[in-house]
Amino acid sequence: MLVVLPAYNERASIGRVVGEVRAALPGADLVVVDDGSTDGTGAAARAAGARLLTLPFNLGVGGAMRTGYIYAARGDYDAVVQVDADGQHDPCEVPALLAELGVANIAIGARFAGRGDYVARGPRRWAMRLLSACLSRATGTRLTDTTSGFRAADRQAVALFARHYPVEYLGDTVEALLMAARAGLVVRQVPVEMRVRIDGAPSQSSLRASLYLGRAVLALGLATLRTRHVLPEMPAALEVRATDGSAR
Amino acid sequence: MSEGYGLALLGAVCSVVLILELLRRRKLSEKYAVIWLALGTVIVVLAAAPSLLEAMAGAVGIAVPANLLFLGSAVALLLVCLQLSAETTRLEDETRSLAEEVALLRQELEAVRRRD
Repeated sequence: MLVVLPAYNERASIGRVVGEVRAALPGADLVVVDDGSTDGTGAAARAAGARLLTLPFNLGVGGAMRTGYIYAARGDYDAVVQVDADGQHDPCEVPALLAELGVANIAIGARFAGRGDYVARGPRRWAMRLLSACLSRATGTRLTDTTSGFRAADRQAVALFARHYPVEYLGDTVEALLMAARAGLVVRQVPVEMRVRIDGAPSQSSLRASLYLGRAVLALGLATLRTRHVLPEMPAALEVRATDGSAR
Repeated sequence: MSEGYGLALLGAVCSVVLILELLRRRKLSEKYAVIWLALGTVIVVLAAAPSLLEAMAGAVGIAVPANLLFLGSAVALLLVCLQLSAETTRLEDETRSLAEEVALLRQELEAVRRRD
């Protein structure tokens, strides 16, 4: 199993998050994708003992995650877990996500599924509602936190994402789910608690939230219009290993 | 009147020569050259024989021939813009993939160095 931490200018928290993940998941490999940070995030991650993928310039979460997925696909990992580098995700919840991969190809750690105390208001809330409604329909399961960056992907999902991970704004969360659903992958959500971010505050101004709503609608619309991707052929050898459960 | 058309013809020929020169110096790849050469040819033909434009405008029911010209050039420029946007998107995708590949290669190189 590979834990991918996409990080852009997260020097303040990256070291701690890397340490937490290593402590909580001693058997897992961990890679930090330094998404063109200018504040020494890469050095901090390395000092904490993480493997490091350094992007030469900022690609956004989508680009960083695609790099992580390619790394996982080439390294033949059976699962990838994405954890945000700002420390809002508790690595102790990762086993719950992984357990869900038994019945799903993608497991999303969701904030609003009865645990935790994160509350959004105004346009941001409407945007989240809209995204939830549309994506729940597309995936055929109830999704309440579609923009969560806390998710696990199995081998099939990794193979798809390594090739076609959406790189645009919100593409990494919204379009990725739609794309996965249309490719026939199973998506499920797992309730998790989110913590207060170690550093920085989420943007909550109403102008920004409205802009977010607009971009969410755009991302959703574009994702719906786009042609569907088919799942890459899985080599026979990989299929066997994936089913007999010899985890790496 | 004829002087004006002479100037138009000169301008048209100049633009075609410019396109050809850019092509010759490999500053313009073939996929862009086609559309520009086509446009250049249309400009030259129309500058040489303005009556053609009048005939076409009459055929499609546009009272002022110049309006057909404006419409035509607007549409042509729109298409060129669209092509450029599509190409920019493709280039961005390629740059992105290269950046990802660079990150992966750098990691691999470090891993190999550490092993030595």
